[in-house]
Amino acid sequence: MSVYALDIDLPHKWFQTPQGTRIEALHNIQLKIKQGEFITVIGPSGCGKSTLLKIIAGLDTDHQGTVLLEQTQVVQPGIDKGFIFQEHRLFPWLTVEKNIAADLSLKDPDVRRRVAELIELVKLQGFEKAYPRELSGGMSQRVAIARALLRNPKVLLLDEPFGALDAFTRSHLQEVALNIWEQNRTTMILVTHDIDEAVFLATRVVVMNARPGTIRKIVPVDLPYPRKKASSSFLELRKLVLSEFERVEELELIDSSGI
Amino acid sequence: MSQVDVITPGSQARSAVKPGEAPPESQAVQKPKKESKLQLFIRGAILPVAVLTIWQVLGSLGLVSKTLLPTPFEIWLAFYDLLISGELLRHLEISVWRAAVGFLLGGTLGLGFGLLVGLFRKFEHSVDPSIQMLRTIPHLAITPLFILWFGFGEFSKILLIAKGAFFPLYVQTFLGIRSVDSKLFDVARVLEFSRFKQITKLVLPAALPNILLGLRLSIGVAWLGLVVAELMGSSEGVGYLILDARQFSQTAVVFVGIVIFALVGKGSDSLVRVLEKKLLKWRDSFNG
Repeated sequence: MSVYALDIDLPHKWFQTPQGTRIEALHNIQLKIKQGEFITVIGPSGCGKSTLLKIIAGLDTDHQGTVLLEQTQVVQPGIDKGFIFQEHRLFPWLTVEKNIAADLSLKDPDVRRRVAELIELVKLQGFEKAYPRELSGGMSQRVAIARALLRNPKVLLLDEPFGALDAFTRSHLQEVALNIWEQNRTTMILVTHDIDEAVFLATRVVVMNARPGTIRKIVPVDLPYPRKKASSSFLELRKLVLSEFERVEELELIDSSGI
Repeated sequence: MSQVDVITPGSQARSAVKPGEAPPESQAVQKPKKESKLQLFIRGAILPVAVLTIWQVLGSLGLVSKTLLPTPFEIWLAFYDLLISGELLRHLEISVWRAAVGFLLGGTLGLGFGLLVGLFRKFEHSVDPSIQMLRTIPHLAITPLFILWFGFGEFSKILLIAKGAFFPLYVQTFLGIRSVDSKLFDVARVLEFSRFKQITKLVLPAALPNILLGLRLSIGVAWLGLVVAELMGSSEGVGYLILDARQFSQTAVVFVGIVIFALVGKGSDSLVRVLEKKLLKWRDSFNG
Protein backbone atom coordinates (compact mmCIF):
# COMPACT_ATOMS: atom_id res chain seq x y z
CA MET A 1 0.00 0.00 0.00
CA SER A 2 1.35 3.35 -1.00
CA VAL A 3 1.55 6.25 1.39
CA TYR A 4 2.74 8.52 -1.32
CA ALA A 5 0.88 11.51 -2.70
CA LEU A 6 2.12 10.62 -6.15
CA ASP A 7 3.22 7.22 -7.37
CA ILE A 8 4.53 7.38 -10.90
CA ASP A 9 5.36 4.23 -12.81
CA LEU A 10 5.85 4.75 -16.52
CA PRO A 11 7.71 2.05 -18.41
CA HIS A 12 7.29 3.72 -21.80
CA LYS A 13 6.02 6.79 -23.56
CA TRP A 14 6.35 6.94 -27.32
CA PHE A 15 5.90 9.74 -29.80
CA GLN A 16 5.00 9.24 -33.42
CA THR A 17 6.90 11.55 -35.73
CA PRO A 18 5.20 12.90 -38.85
CA GLN A 19 7.50 10.66 -40.86
CA GLY A 20 6.04 7.66 -39.11
CA THR A 21 8.91 6.54 -36.90
CA ARG A 22 8.43 5.98 -33.20
CA ILE A 23 10.60 7.83 -30.72
CA GLU A 24 10.75 6.76 -27.11
CA ALA A 25 10.26 9.95 -25.17
CA LEU A 26 10.26 8.44 -21.69
CA HIS A 27 11.71 5.18 -20.45
CA ASN A 28 11.20 3.52 -17.13
CA ILE A 29 10.22 6.57 -15.09
CA GLN A 30 9.64 5.53 -11.50
CA LEU A 31 9.06 8.26 -8.99
CA LYS A 32 7.41 8.26 -5.60
CA ILE A 33 6.56 11.61 -4.08
CA LYS A 34 5.41 12.23 -0.53
CA GLN A 35 2.78 14.75 0.44
CA GLY A 36 4.21 18.24 0.90
CA GLU A 37 7.39 17.68 -1.07
CA PHE A 38 8.75 20.28 -3.46
CA ILE A 39 10.17 18.37 -6.41
CA THR A 40 12.04 20.07 -9.22
CA VAL A 41 12.77 18.27 -12.45
CA ILE A 42 15.76 19.35 -14.46
CA GLY A 43 17.30 18.07 -17.63
CA PRO A 44 18.54 19.02 -21.08
CA SER A 45 16.13 20.29 -23.67
CA GLY A 46 14.10 17.47 -25.16
CA CYS A 47 14.56 15.09 -22.26
CA GLY A 48 10.84 14.74 -21.78
CA LYS A 49 10.45 16.63 -18.53
CA SER A 50 7.48 18.60 -19.82
CA THR A 51 5.99 15.43 -21.27
CA LEU A 52 6.34 13.78 -17.89
CA LEU A 53 4.59 16.67 -16.20
CA LYS A 54 1.72 16.55 -18.67
CA ILE A 55 1.33 12.84 -18.07
CA ILE A 56 1.19 13.42 -14.33
CA ALA A 57 -1.45 16.10 -14.94
CA GLY A 58 -3.53 13.81 -17.07
CA LEU A 59 -3.19 16.09 -20.07
CA ASP A 60 -1.43 13.30 -21.90
CA THR A 61 -2.98 9.87 -21.56
CA ASP A 62 -1.15 8.16 -24.39
CA HIS A 63 1.42 6.19 -22.41
CA GLN A 64 2.20 2.86 -20.83
CA GLY A 65 2.09 2.72 -17.07
CA THR A 66 0.17 4.49 -14.36
CA VAL A 67 0.21 7.63 -12.31
CA LEU A 68 -1.45 7.30 -8.94
CA LEU A 69 -2.53 10.47 -7.18
CA GLU A 70 -3.41 9.53 -3.59
CA GLN A 71 -3.87 6.00 -4.77
CA THR A 72 -6.35 6.95 -7.50
CA GLN A 73 -5.27 6.57 -11.08
CA VAL A 74 -4.93 9.75 -13.11
CA VAL A 75 -6.93 9.44 -16.34
CA GLN A 76 -7.75 13.04 -17.21
CA PRO A 77 -6.83 16.57 -16.19
CA GLY A 78 -8.62 18.19 -13.31
CA ILE A 79 -8.58 20.87 -10.66
CA ASP A 80 -6.90 18.49 -8.22
CA LYS A 81 -3.83 18.65 -10.44
CA GLY A 82 -3.28 22.37 -10.78
CA PHE A 83 -1.18 23.19 -13.83
CA ILE A 84 0.86 26.29 -14.54
CA PHE A 85 2.08 26.57 -18.11
CA GLN A 86 5.07 28.45 -19.40
CA GLU A 87 2.77 31.08 -20.86
CA HIS A 88 0.22 32.53 -18.50
CA ARG A 89 -2.75 31.43 -20.61
CA LEU A 90 -5.16 33.80 -18.98
CA PHE A 91 -8.47 34.56 -20.67
CA PRO A 92 -7.82 37.95 -22.26
CA TRP A 93 -11.42 39.09 -21.97
CA LEU A 94 -11.57 38.67 -18.19
CA THR A 95 -10.21 40.88 -15.46
CA VAL A 96 -7.70 39.52 -12.95
CA GLU A 97 -10.30 38.59 -10.36
CA LYS A 98 -12.59 37.05 -12.97
CA ASN A 99 -9.68 35.07 -14.39
CA ILE A 100 -8.90 33.66 -10.97
CA ALA A 101 -12.53 32.78 -10.41
CA ALA A 102 -12.84 31.52 -14.02
CA ASP A 103 -16.04 29.49 -14.14
CA LEU A 104 -16.91 30.16 -10.50
CA SER A 105 -19.12 33.11 -9.76
CA LEU A 106 -17.77 36.15 -7.98
CA LYS A 107 -21.26 36.69 -6.64
CA ASP A 108 -20.60 33.83 -4.23
CA PRO A 109 -19.18 35.43 -1.08
CA ASP A 110 -16.98 32.42 -0.36
CA VAL A 111 -15.44 32.66 -3.80
CA ARG A 112 -14.97 36.39 -3.46
CA ARG A 113 -13.27 36.02 -0.12
CA ARG A 114 -10.96 33.29 -1.32
CA VAL A 115 -10.08 35.25 -4.47
CA ALA A 116 -9.21 38.27 -2.33
CA GLU A 117 -7.01 36.09 -0.12
CA LEU A 118 -5.18 34.69 -3.11
CA ILE A 119 -4.69 38.10 -4.66
CA GLU A 120 -3.03 39.11 -1.42
CA LEU A 121 -0.94 35.96 -1.39
CA VAL A 122 0.46 36.62 -4.85
CA LYS A 123 0.72 40.33 -4.09
CA LEU A 124 -1.52 41.72 -6.76
CA GLN A 125 -3.68 43.96 -4.60
CA GLY A 126 -5.05 46.86 -6.60
CA PHE A 127 -5.05 44.93 -9.88
CA GLU A 128 -8.30 43.06 -9.40
CA LYS A 129 -10.03 44.84 -12.27
CA ALA A 130 -7.07 44.96 -14.63
CA TYR A 131 -7.10 43.08 -17.93
CA PRO A 132 -4.28 40.70 -18.92
CA ARG A 133 -3.09 43.11 -21.58
CA GLU A 134 -2.30 45.60 -18.83
CA LEU A 135 -0.19 43.15 -16.85
CA SER A 136 3.47 42.25 -17.10
CA GLY A 137 4.58 38.66 -17.66
CA GLY A 138 5.37 38.13 -13.99
CA MET A 139 2.03 39.51 -12.88
CA SER A 140 0.16 37.32 -15.35
CA GLN A 141 1.91 34.23 -14.07
CA ARG A 142 0.94 35.19 -10.55
CA VAL A 143 -2.68 35.36 -11.65
CA ALA A 144 -2.32 31.92 -13.23
CA ILE A 145 -0.95 30.56 -9.97
CA ALA A 146 -3.80 32.11 -8.00
CA ARG A 147 -6.27 30.60 -10.45
CA ALA A 148 -4.85 27.13 -9.87
CA LEU A 149 -4.71 27.58 -6.10
CA LEU A 150 -8.33 28.68 -5.83
CA ARG A 151 -9.29 25.10 -6.53
CA ASN A 152 -7.22 23.63 -3.70
CA PRO A 153 -5.23 21.24 -5.83
CA LYS A 154 -3.74 18.13 -4.31
CA VAL A 155 -0.63 18.75 -6.36
CA LEU A 156 0.58 21.84 -8.17
CA LEU A 157 2.43 21.20 -11.43
CA LEU A 158 4.53 23.95 -12.92
CA ASP A 159 6.00 23.61 -16.41
CA GLU A 160 8.95 26.01 -16.68
CA PRO A 161 6.69 28.70 -15.29
CA PHE A 162 9.31 31.40 -14.97
CA GLY A 163 11.26 30.60 -18.12
CA ALA A 164 9.91 33.53 -20.11
CA LEU A 165 10.67 36.09 -17.40
CA ASP A 166 13.71 38.20 -16.63
CA ALA A 167 16.08 37.26 -13.82
CA PHE A 168 14.67 39.70 -11.29
CA THR A 169 11.06 38.70 -11.82
CA ARG A 170 12.08 35.06 -11.83
CA SER A 171 13.76 35.46 -8.46
CA HIS A 172 10.74 37.19 -7.07
CA LEU A 173 8.34 34.55 -8.33
CA GLN A 174 10.50 31.78 -6.93
CA GLU A 175 9.92 33.38 -3.56
CA VAL A 176 6.20 33.61 -4.27
CA ALA A 177 6.24 29.89 -5.06
CA LEU A 178 7.99 29.15 -1.79
CA ASN A 179 5.55 31.33 0.15
CA ILE A 180 2.65 29.44 -1.34
CA TRP A 181 4.29 26.15 -0.58
CA GLU A 182 5.06 27.11 2.98
CA GLN A 183 1.52 28.31 3.58
CA ASN A 184 -0.35 25.35 2.19
CA ARG A 185 2.27 22.61 2.01
CA THR A 186 0.79 21.62 -1.35
CA THR A 187 2.88 19.00 -3.10
CA MET A 188 4.71 20.86 -5.87
CA ILE A 189 6.44 19.58 -8.98
CA LEU A 190 8.28 22.20 -10.96
CA VAL A 191 10.04 21.59 -14.25
CA THR A 192 12.90 23.92 -15.04
CA HIS A 193 16.10 24.26 -17.03
CA ASP A 194 17.64 26.58 -14.44
CA ILE A 195 19.88 24.76 -11.99
CA ASP A 196 19.83 27.58 -9.45
CA GLU A 197 16.07 27.52 -9.46
CA ALA A 198 16.00 23.74 -9.12
CA VAL A 199 18.26 23.69 -6.07
CA PHE A 200 16.77 26.84 -4.54
CA LEU A 201 13.25 25.51 -4.43
CA ALA A 202 13.44 21.76 -4.09
CA THR A 203 13.37 19.25 -1.30
CA ARG A 204 14.53 16.85 -4.00
CA VAL A 205 15.94 17.50 -7.46
CA VAL A 206 15.22 14.97 -10.19
CA VAL A 207 17.89 15.05 -12.89
CA MET A 208 16.87 13.57 -16.22
CA ASN A 209 18.65 12.16 -19.24
CA ALA A 210 17.45 12.68 -22.75
CA ARG A 211 16.64 10.33 -25.62
CA PRO A 212 15.00 8.45 -24.12
CA GLY A 213 14.04 10.46 -21.08
CA THR A 214 15.05 8.63 -17.95
CA ILE A 215 15.74 9.62 -14.39
CA ARG A 216 19.44 9.85 -14.00
CA LYS A 217 19.68 10.79 -10.36
CA ILE A 218 17.58 12.19 -7.56
CA VAL A 219 19.44 14.68 -5.40
CA PRO A 220 17.93 15.41 -1.99
CA VAL A 221 18.35 19.00 -0.85
CA ASP A 222 18.41 19.13 2.93
CA LEU A 223 19.08 22.83 3.32
CA PRO A 224 16.75 24.83 5.51
CA TYR A 225 14.52 27.50 4.02
CA PRO A 226 14.94 30.32 3.15
CA ARG A 227 18.02 29.43 1.19
CA LYS A 228 20.82 31.71 0.16
CA LYS A 229 21.98 31.21 -3.39
CA ALA A 230 25.42 32.39 -2.39
CA SER A 231 25.92 30.17 0.66
CA SER A 232 28.58 27.49 0.48
CA SER A 233 26.22 24.61 1.15
CA PHE A 234 23.97 25.82 -1.63
CA LEU A 235 26.87 26.09 -4.04
CA GLU A 236 28.01 22.58 -3.08
CA LEU A 237 24.68 21.08 -3.97
CA ARG A 238 24.54 23.18 -7.08
CA LYS A 239 27.90 21.79 -8.13
CA LEU A 240 26.65 18.28 -7.46
CA VAL A 241 23.61 18.75 -9.64
CA LEU A 242 25.63 20.52 -12.29
CA SER A 243 28.12 17.67 -12.43
CA GLU A 244 25.27 15.27 -13.09
CA PHE A 245 24.07 17.60 -15.75
CA GLU A 246 27.46 17.90 -17.34
CA ARG A 247 27.90 14.18 -17.31
CA VAL A 248 24.58 13.96 -19.08
CA GLU A 249 25.80 16.44 -21.64
CA GLU A 250 29.10 14.58 -22.00
CA LEU A 251 27.22 11.41 -22.68
CA GLU A 252 25.19 13.22 -25.27
CA LEU A 253 28.32 14.51 -26.92
CA ILE A 254 29.74 11.01 -27.03
CA ASP A 255 26.51 9.64 -28.39
CA SER A 256 26.22 12.13 -31.16
CA SER A 257 29.88 12.12 -32.15
CA GLY A 258 29.80 8.38 -32.72
CA ILE A 259 32.70 7.59 -30.40
CA MET B 1 17.39 98.71 -22.29
CA SER B 2 15.00 95.94 -21.32
CA GLN B 3 17.31 93.30 -22.63
CA VAL B 4 19.36 91.64 -19.98
CA ASP B 5 21.93 89.00 -20.53
CA VAL B 6 21.50 86.41 -17.84
CA ILE B 7 24.74 84.67 -17.05
CA THR B 8 25.02 82.74 -13.87
CA PRO B 9 28.36 81.34 -12.65
CA GLY B 10 29.00 77.86 -13.95
CA SER B 11 26.25 77.89 -16.55
CA GLN B 12 26.45 78.56 -20.21
CA ALA B 13 25.59 82.00 -21.46
CA ARG B 14 21.95 82.12 -22.34
CA SER B 15 20.40 84.17 -25.06
CA ALA B 16 18.88 87.47 -24.05
CA VAL B 17 15.96 87.05 -21.71
CA LYS B 18 13.61 89.94 -21.43
CA PRO B 19 12.28 90.55 -17.92
CA GLY B 20 8.81 89.12 -17.55
CA GLU B 21 9.44 86.57 -20.27
CA ALA B 22 9.81 82.92 -19.38
CA PRO B 23 13.27 81.50 -19.99
CA PRO B 24 13.51 79.39 -23.18
CA GLU B 25 13.66 76.07 -21.33
CA SER B 26 10.09 76.04 -20.21
CA GLN B 27 8.89 76.93 -23.67
CA ALA B 28 10.94 74.13 -25.18
CA VAL B 29 9.11 71.41 -23.23
CA GLN B 30 5.69 70.87 -24.76
CA LYS B 31 3.33 68.21 -23.47
CA PRO B 32 1.47 66.40 -26.27
CA LYS B 33 -2.07 67.75 -26.34
CA LYS B 34 -4.91 65.25 -26.17
CA GLU B 35 -7.18 65.79 -29.13
CA SER B 36 -10.64 66.62 -27.97
CA LYS B 37 -13.59 64.93 -29.59
CA LEU B 38 -14.50 68.28 -31.11
CA GLN B 39 -11.13 68.62 -32.76
CA LEU B 40 -11.39 65.13 -34.21
CA PHE B 41 -14.88 65.87 -35.49
CA ILE B 42 -13.75 69.08 -37.12
CA ARG B 43 -10.86 67.31 -38.74
CA GLY B 44 -13.16 64.68 -40.23
CA ALA B 45 -15.62 67.32 -41.39
CA ILE B 46 -13.18 69.52 -43.32
CA LEU B 47 -13.24 67.45 -46.49
CA PRO B 48 -17.01 67.00 -46.80
CA VAL B 49 -17.62 70.67 -45.98
CA ALA B 50 -15.12 71.74 -48.61
CA VAL B 51 -16.75 69.52 -51.21
CA LEU B 52 -20.21 70.84 -50.37
CA THR B 53 -19.06 74.42 -50.61
CA ILE B 54 -17.46 73.97 -54.02
CA TRP B 55 -20.54 72.10 -55.19
CA GLN B 56 -22.90 74.84 -54.06
CA VAL B 57 -20.79 77.52 -55.69
CA LEU B 58 -20.62 75.65 -58.98
CA GLY B 59 -24.36 75.15 -58.96
CA SER B 60 -25.25 78.70 -58.00
CA LEU B 61 -23.02 80.07 -60.76
CA GLY B 62 -24.95 77.98 -63.21
CA LEU B 63 -21.91 76.00 -64.27
CA VAL B 64 -23.74 72.70 -63.82
CA SER B 65 -27.15 71.71 -65.10
CA LYS B 66 -29.78 71.66 -62.34
CA THR B 67 -31.25 68.43 -63.61
CA LEU B 68 -27.95 66.61 -63.54
CA LEU B 69 -26.65 68.01 -60.31
CA PRO B 70 -28.86 70.08 -58.06
CA THR B 71 -27.16 72.26 -55.49
CA PRO B 72 -26.91 71.21 -51.86
CA PHE B 73 -29.40 73.93 -51.06
CA GLU B 74 -32.00 72.50 -53.41
CA ILE B 75 -31.43 69.07 -51.99
CA TRP B 76 -31.96 70.51 -48.56
CA LEU B 77 -35.24 72.10 -49.68
CA ALA B 78 -36.47 68.84 -51.15
CA PHE B 79 -35.52 67.08 -47.95
CA TYR B 80 -37.35 69.64 -45.86
CA ASP B 81 -40.50 69.34 -47.96
CA LEU B 82 -40.54 65.58 -47.73
CA LEU B 83 -39.94 65.71 -44.01
CA ILE B 84 -42.73 68.16 -43.32
CA SER B 85 -45.24 66.23 -45.38
CA GLY B 86 -44.42 63.11 -43.44
CA GLU B 87 -43.65 61.25 -46.63
CA LEU B 88 -39.99 60.82 -45.83
CA LEU B 89 -40.65 59.21 -42.51
CA ARG B 90 -43.25 56.90 -43.95
CA HIS B 91 -40.93 55.61 -46.62
CA LEU B 92 -38.01 55.43 -44.25
CA GLU B 93 -40.01 53.43 -41.75
CA ILE B 94 -40.92 50.86 -44.35
CA SER B 95 -37.38 50.54 -45.60
CA VAL B 96 -35.93 50.18 -42.14
CA TRP B 97 -38.56 47.60 -41.22
CA ARG B 98 -37.75 45.54 -44.32
CA ALA B 99 -34.05 45.70 -43.70
CA ALA B 100 -34.46 44.84 -40.02
CA VAL B 101 -36.63 41.80 -40.64
CA GLY B 102 -34.37 40.59 -43.44
CA PHE B 103 -31.29 41.14 -41.32
CA LEU B 104 -32.74 39.36 -38.30
CA LEU B 105 -33.77 36.42 -40.41
CA GLY B 106 -30.53 36.09 -42.33
CA GLY B 107 -28.29 37.13 -39.48
CA THR B 108 -29.75 34.75 -36.94
CA LEU B 109 -29.48 31.86 -39.37
CA GLY B 110 -25.96 32.88 -40.25
CA LEU B 111 -24.93 33.05 -36.60
CA GLY B 112 -26.64 29.77 -35.83
CA PHE B 113 -25.15 27.88 -38.71
CA GLY B 114 -21.77 29.46 -38.08
CA LEU B 115 -21.87 28.20 -34.51
CA LEU B 116 -22.88 24.69 -35.50
CA VAL B 117 -20.31 24.44 -38.24
CA GLY B 118 -17.59 25.95 -36.07
CA LEU B 119 -18.22 23.77 -33.06
CA PHE B 120 -18.93 20.46 -34.71
CA ARG B 121 -16.66 19.09 -37.35
CA LYS B 122 -19.23 16.68 -38.67
CA PHE B 123 -21.56 19.56 -39.33
CA GLU B 124 -18.81 21.41 -41.10
CA HIS B 125 -18.13 18.54 -43.46
CA SER B 126 -21.72 18.05 -44.44
CA VAL B 127 -22.95 21.64 -44.55
CA ASP B 128 -20.12 24.04 -45.29
CA PRO B 129 -19.34 23.04 -48.90
CA SER B 130 -22.94 23.70 -49.93
CA ILE B 131 -23.03 27.02 -48.12
CA GLN B 132 -19.80 28.11 -49.76
CA MET B 133 -21.33 27.39 -53.16
CA LEU B 134 -24.38 29.47 -52.33
CA ARG B 135 -22.21 32.27 -51.08
CA THR B 136 -20.62 32.92 -54.42
CA ILE B 137 -23.91 33.33 -56.26
CA PRO B 138 -24.15 37.05 -57.00
CA HIS B 139 -26.94 38.98 -55.38
CA LEU B 140 -28.01 40.60 -58.60
CA ALA B 141 -28.36 37.24 -60.31
CA ILE B 142 -30.62 35.96 -57.59
CA THR B 143 -32.87 39.01 -57.53
CA PRO B 144 -34.79 38.34 -60.75
CA LEU B 145 -35.19 34.73 -59.69
CA PHE B 146 -36.69 35.70 -56.36
CA ILE B 147 -39.00 38.15 -58.07
CA LEU B 148 -40.07 35.43 -60.46
CA TRP B 149 -40.78 33.02 -57.62
CA PHE B 150 -42.13 35.34 -54.99
CA GLY B 151 -43.28 38.37 -56.90
CA PHE B 152 -42.61 41.99 -56.07
CA GLY B 153 -44.05 41.77 -52.59
CA GLU B 154 -42.45 42.06 -49.19
CA PHE B 155 -41.51 38.42 -49.00
CA SER B 156 -39.09 38.44 -51.92
CA LYS B 157 -37.44 41.61 -50.68
CA ILE B 158 -36.98 40.29 -47.17
CA LEU B 159 -35.66 37.02 -48.51
CA LEU B 160 -33.17 38.85 -50.68
CA ILE B 161 -31.95 40.89 -47.75
CA ALA B 162 -31.75 37.78 -45.59
CA LYS B 163 -29.66 35.99 -48.17
CA GLY B 164 -27.18 38.85 -48.08
CA ALA B 165 -27.09 39.14 -44.31
CA PHE B 166 -26.56 35.41 -43.81
CA PHE B 167 -23.06 35.04 -45.18
CA PRO B 168 -20.90 37.59 -43.34
CA LEU B 169 -22.17 36.39 -39.97
CA TYR B 170 -21.83 32.75 -41.02
CA VAL B 171 -18.27 33.12 -42.23
CA GLN B 172 -17.10 35.32 -39.37
CA THR B 173 -18.70 33.19 -36.67
CA PHE B 174 -17.13 30.08 -38.16
CA LEU B 175 -13.76 31.76 -38.42
CA GLY B 176 -13.98 33.24 -34.96
CA ILE B 177 -14.66 29.90 -33.37
CA ARG B 178 -11.84 28.20 -35.22
CA SER B 179 -9.44 30.98 -34.29
CA VAL B 180 -9.68 30.36 -30.58
CA ASP B 181 -6.22 29.78 -29.15
CA SER B 182 -5.90 26.05 -28.57
CA LYS B 183 -3.70 26.69 -25.55
CA LEU B 184 -6.74 27.99 -23.75
CA PHE B 185 -8.46 24.66 -24.26
CA ASP B 186 -5.79 22.97 -22.15
CA VAL B 187 -6.61 25.43 -19.41
CA ALA B 188 -10.30 24.64 -19.76
CA ARG B 189 -9.53 20.94 -19.40
CA VAL B 190 -7.49 21.47 -16.26
CA LEU B 191 -10.24 23.68 -14.82
CA GLU B 192 -12.72 20.91 -15.62
CA PHE B 193 -14.99 22.98 -17.86
CA SER B 194 -18.01 21.05 -19.06
CA ARG B 195 -18.67 21.09 -22.80
CA PHE B 196 -21.30 23.72 -22.21
CA LYS B 197 -18.93 25.91 -20.20
CA GLN B 198 -16.30 25.42 -22.85
CA ILE B 199 -18.66 26.91 -25.38
CA THR B 200 -20.10 29.72 -23.29
CA LYS B 201 -17.03 30.70 -21.30
CA LEU B 202 -14.23 30.07 -23.76
CA VAL B 203 -15.26 29.73 -27.39
CA LEU B 204 -17.91 32.44 -27.57
CA PRO B 205 -16.03 35.21 -25.75
CA ALA B 206 -12.92 34.39 -27.77
CA ALA B 207 -14.88 34.46 -31.02
CA LEU B 208 -16.69 37.67 -30.12
CA PRO B 209 -14.42 40.08 -32.05
CA ASN B 210 -15.06 38.13 -35.24
CA ILE B 211 -18.75 37.77 -34.54
CA LEU B 212 -19.14 41.50 -34.00
CA LEU B 213 -17.32 42.17 -37.25
CA GLY B 214 -19.68 39.75 -38.92
CA LEU B 215 -22.56 41.66 -37.39
CA ARG B 216 -21.30 44.94 -38.78
CA LEU B 217 -20.78 43.45 -42.24
CA SER B 218 -24.15 41.73 -42.20
CA ILE B 219 -25.94 44.94 -41.33
CA GLY B 220 -24.12 46.67 -44.17
CA VAL B 221 -24.99 43.98 -46.66
CA ALA B 222 -28.59 43.88 -45.44
CA TRP B 223 -28.90 47.58 -46.06
CA LEU B 224 -27.37 47.28 -49.53
CA GLY B 225 -29.65 44.35 -50.22
CA LEU B 226 -32.55 46.58 -49.33
CA VAL B 227 -31.46 49.15 -51.87
CA VAL B 228 -31.21 46.53 -54.60
CA ALA B 229 -34.54 45.00 -53.68
CA GLU B 230 -36.34 48.32 -53.61
CA LEU B 231 -34.81 49.63 -56.82
CA MET B 232 -35.85 46.46 -58.61
CA GLY B 233 -39.44 47.34 -58.00
CA SER B 234 -41.40 48.60 -55.06
CA SER B 235 -44.41 50.70 -54.24
CA GLU B 236 -43.06 52.25 -51.11
CA GLY B 237 -39.81 52.78 -49.29
CA VAL B 238 -36.80 54.98 -49.87
CA GLY B 239 -35.93 53.01 -53.01
CA TYR B 240 -39.37 53.70 -54.40
CA LEU B 241 -38.88 57.35 -53.56
CA ILE B 242 -35.77 57.36 -55.71
CA LEU B 243 -37.40 55.47 -58.58
CA ASP B 244 -40.41 57.76 -58.58
CA ALA B 245 -38.28 60.89 -58.46
CA ARG B 246 -36.12 59.64 -61.29
CA GLN B 247 -39.20 59.14 -63.44
CA PHE B 248 -40.13 62.77 -62.98
CA SER B 249 -36.54 64.04 -63.19
CA GLN B 250 -36.65 65.26 -59.61
CA THR B 251 -32.96 64.79 -59.16
CA ALA B 252 -32.94 66.59 -55.84
CA VAL B 253 -35.25 63.97 -54.39
CA VAL B 254 -33.02 61.26 -55.79
CA PHE B 255 -30.19 62.80 -53.88
CA VAL B 256 -32.26 62.96 -50.74
CA GLY B 257 -32.88 59.25 -51.07
CA ILE B 258 -29.22 58.52 -51.55
CA VAL B 259 -28.25 60.64 -48.58
CA ILE B 260 -30.83 58.91 -46.40
CA PHE B 261 -29.47 55.53 -47.44
CA ALA B 262 -25.96 56.62 -46.60
CA LEU B 263 -26.90 58.11 -43.24
CA VAL B 264 -28.88 55.12 -42.02
CA GLY B 265 -26.17 52.78 -43.21
CA LYS B 266 -23.51 54.75 -41.38
CA GLY B 267 -25.71 55.09 -38.32
CA SER B 268 -26.24 51.37 -37.91
CA ASP B 269 -22.56 50.75 -38.46
CA SER B 270 -21.71 53.24 -35.74
CA LEU B 271 -24.13 51.54 -33.38
CA VAL B 272 -22.29 48.27 -33.75
CA ARG B 273 -18.98 50.04 -33.31
CA VAL B 274 -20.18 51.40 -29.99
CA LEU B 275 -21.11 47.87 -29.00
CA GLU B 276 -17.70 46.67 -30.13
CA LYS B 277 -15.92 49.29 -28.09
CA LYS B 278 -17.82 48.31 -24.99
CA LEU B 279 -17.50 44.57 -25.36
CA LEU B 280 -13.98 44.43 -26.72
CA LYS B 281 -12.11 46.81 -24.45
CA TRP B 282 -9.92 43.93 -23.33
CA ARG B 283 -8.33 43.56 -26.72
CA ASP B 284 -4.61 43.88 -27.01
CA SER B 285 -4.14 44.88 -30.61
CA PHE B 286 -2.74 47.61 -32.81
CA ASN B 287 -4.81 50.78 -32.81
CA GLY B 288 -3.21 52.64 -35.63
